[in-house]
Amino acid sequence: MSDERVTIEVDGRKLEAEKGEMLISVTDAAGISIPRFCYHKKLSVAANCRMCLVEVEKAPKPLPACATPVMDGMIVHTRSEKAVDAQKGTMEFLLINHPLDCPICDQGGECELQDLSLGYGEGVSRFNEGKRAVRDKNIGPLIATDMTRCIHCTRCVRFGDEIAGIRELGATGRGEHMEIGTYVERSVDSEMSGNVIDLCPVGALTNKPYRYTARPWELIQHAMVAPHDSVGSNIFLHSRRGRVMRAVPRDNEQVNETWISDRDRYGHFGQYEQRLERPMLRENAEWREVAWDTALSAAARMLRGVDASRMGMLASAGSSLEELHLFRRLAESLRCPNLDHRLGLGDFTDQETAPLFPALNCNIASLEQADAVLIVGSNVRKDLPIVHHRLRKAGLRGARIAVINPADFDFRLPVAHQCVAADIGQELAGLTNAVAELTGTPMALNLRDAIGKAPVTEQHRAMAKMLSEGRQSMVLTGALAEGRQDYSLLRVLADYIAEATEAVVGELPVAANAAGAALAGVLPHRGPGGGPVDNPGLHAGEMFARDDMEAFVLMGLEPELDAVDAAAARKALRAADRVVVLTAYQSPEMLEYADVLLPIAAWPESAGTWINLEGRWQGHQGAVAPVGEARPGWKVLRVLGNELGLNGFDYVSPEQVLDEARTLISNAEPDIPVTAPVVASALRPSALMRLGEVSLYSTDPMVRRAAPLQKTADGVRARQLAMHPADIDRLGLAGAEYAEVRQGEGRAVMPLVADEALAEGCVRVCAGLTETRDLGQRFGAVEVVAAEGPGASTAREQNQA
Amino acid sequence: MAQTSRQPVASLSSHVMAEINEALKRYPEDQKRSAVQSALHAVQHDNGGYLTVPLMDAVAEVLGMAPIEVYEVASFYSMLETEPVGRHSVSVCTNISCMLRGADDILAHVEQRLGIKRGESTADGKVYLKCEEECLAACAGAPMMMVNHVYHENLTPEKADEILDGLE
Repeated sequence: MSDERVTIEVDGRKLEAEKGEMLISVTDAAGISIPRFCYHKKLSVAANCRMCLVEVEKAPKPLPACATPVMDGMIVHTRSEKAVDAQKGTMEFLLINHPLDCPICDQGGECELQDLSLGYGEGVSRFNEGKRAVRDKNIGPLIATDMTRCIHCTRCVRFGDEIAGIRELGATGRGEHMEIGTYVERSVDSEMSGNVIDLCPVGALTNKPYRYTARPWELIQHAMVAPHDSVGSNIFLHSRRGRVMRAVPRDNEQVNETWISDRDRYGHFGQYEQRLERPMLRENAEWREVAWDTALSAAARMLRGVDASRMGMLASAGSSLEELHLFRRLAESLRCPNLDHRLGLGDFTDQETAPLFPALNCNIASLEQADAVLIVGSNVRKDLPIVHHRLRKAGLRGARIAVINPADFDFRLPVAHQCVAADIGQELAGLTNAVAELTGTPMALNLRDAIGKAPVTEQHRAMAKMLSEGRQSMVLTGALAEGRQDYSLLRVLADYIAEATEAVVGELPVAANAAGAALAGVLPHRGPGGGPVDNPGLHAGEMFARDDMEAFVLMGLEPELDAVDAAAARKALRAADRVVVLTAYQSPEMLEYADVLLPIAAWPESAGTWINLEGRWQGHQGAVAPVGEARPGWKVLRVLGNELGLNGFDYVSPEQVLDEARTLISNAEPDIPVTAPVVASALRPSALMRLGEVSLYSTDPMVRRAAPLQKTADGVRARQLAMHPADIDRLGLAGAEYAEVRQGEGRAVMPLVADEALAEGCVRVCAGLTETRDLGQRFGAVEVVAAEGPGASTAREQNQA
Repeated sequence: MAQTSRQPVASLSSHVMAEINEALKRYPEDQKRSAVQSALHAVQHDNGGYLTVPLMDAVAEVLGMAPIEVYEVASFYSMLETEPVGRHSVSVCTNISCMLRGADDILAHVEQRLGIKRGESTADGKVYLKCEEECLAACAGAPMMMVNHVYHENLTPEKADEILDGLE
């Protein structure tokens, strides 16, 4: 396209447009509506539905507006007799095979075909022959199919090809026999697959778990932020009679464009599972439901009598900023210095020099402009699907992308260079040496000592060259680096590489409010906005490592699943005398370690603000009322503060809490030392290292309970123990259906699968699952032995007991 | 697509690979998919006249395509068979020129002789009588039929018998 501007006339209106732009995008921008099915602003032009035919003067036939570039002086009629005749003719053909089963179709009421047939359809069909029928396909637990309704617009096919980058659906057969499907029986496994539901203009692809539960006209729409990852995709929740029914995307070009991940679409299906509906109190080892005032005064009593230095306060990084702010205020008022949210962090040695908050250090949208990107220790495709999509766009534009990971994660973007190794630290050290070799940037002596002569490979040299050649280079570290016990060293190396190659260094945190929790000062060593604290306390790792903690206050957490060392967290919680839990969900595990449970609202039920990985503040009001007697977290914290007789806990609205947090954060004067300490790797190399990835459907309590997501291929894969076939042979596990992974005292029996994508010496045993909660460090040494099936192991455990 | 390509795919014979590599020479390095028709043709010929899903997956892997893209091509073209069929492909043209010159009689004769209907294969797996073949552009020699890519024109029932008898 050129910069040339042209003037066209549409329905008598003069419009300015860029030369070569498609007619339909010009009319859309001007608010002139042209009917269409196959055209979509984010997809390539297919021009196969012919619904957007319009009359263009001097053209012999009506032209499709979606595939007609504008030219200077073009005169277009969208509502002339010729145009409307053509549109009606198209509609008549589209309806020939359409079943017109609108009364039993989930799309009814929000169907593009239904809407347009009102305007362009005839009351009577001239087609007397039999309609064709197409067998439905089972394409997995998320998307329902009624392929007889399909009008072959191919939006879903183009979505797979162009957006998801994984061609799963296609159009097979020809003419009358053409069908959209997968051809062979298989599920559609893209982590963004649900978007085809919105794209489908008819009821051929619909939301499977939502199916037959509501009609569009019964739903109330609420603009929300999806706090399932640090992108904070904009969504609408649709509720009926006070219950959330479904989630759909809300356009925001700066964040999620028009897409959302399946986690954001289906995560809410866990909202009503295992909810804590009433406060509960343990008395003489018996749990009973109690009134709010009983529970609150019991909680206050427990907290008052504790030595604050032996009390730990931990909040989920998925909590809202309001909750996190009040949580910190509560800790401050109780003079409890032991405050943290970083349960997924494996190495705290550099916390003094850590950035103000885990930040991408660039806008999500500007990721597309990057031309050289290094990804270190991140399954970005599954962890942050929207970020992966932006990187994919960058890659398709020509950006070169390099990856250092413990597995080939099958990113749907062009990867220029890749190092797959069990110890990504060694690879990053090798790359650091390659960068030093190439740029001659001086390296601090202690850094040189720490990485020694890590071997430099051709891949490392190519990556170094790529980064230093890039004009907008980025070095991004993710969750698989963050959870390692040598993360501080990885961070120093990433900083060195970025400095030497003039790249921007950024992080890819997963938790929705990882940034907000750090900025709110839910940290043992920093106050709000990174300001100093008088009395630094214990960090999450220390709290769980010590055996003399008397009390814990937990908010929105399941530490036995969230902590980087699940076994240690569980042990510490069980050992503590008093555990006060603010939670929306309950679990059998929680009933074992907690002493009082205070029900708080889940995110759709409360106002809240989240700060995403680019530092964007986004908030919403509650869409529905909390279940049972649950109350918004900020209210529970306020009343708890009152109950404890603390000053300044008299907030009347979440806005007031937010304003206070905002003022504290913006007035803070952070004083972060620039030179990070260099700590030699605490990771002891072992023949077999665990890759304790938190699978994308285990990231927060709600998602863990979302049954449709757990049934997906990704959900199933998370519960398998995967190893490289060479390791399976080496350990003599060939043919074994199950294997037992041993880590410290912990044991877990899981189905064994071979996966060539994993680095040798690396065992994928996911974290964030009850199946693996007895295990220790997510990235520690493990042993694997053959095992009998799960039935046999349960029997053995019972014998031991 | 690594996950899918990791599933077992059929291995292609060296002969087929040679044909695919020959076809690939005709297209730019980054347009390998252009060779998909030639590749499917070669694979089908090598496999006794039809394609299977593992074979199509193998073609997808060789050409760096998603399997579904290969299925789309294979299911679109009537020259490519995606179900098991007889070794010898027989297509009797029934389009207008041939029809006017008695193709319907030829077809009826062939059907009776083989004991199968259009679209079926003989029980011994020898002959496949293709379903309704469109015009094969041999109107000057109507009626005609195509047997294993060879045209036989100016047919009579006797001539058709002779041709069918000659099949191994």
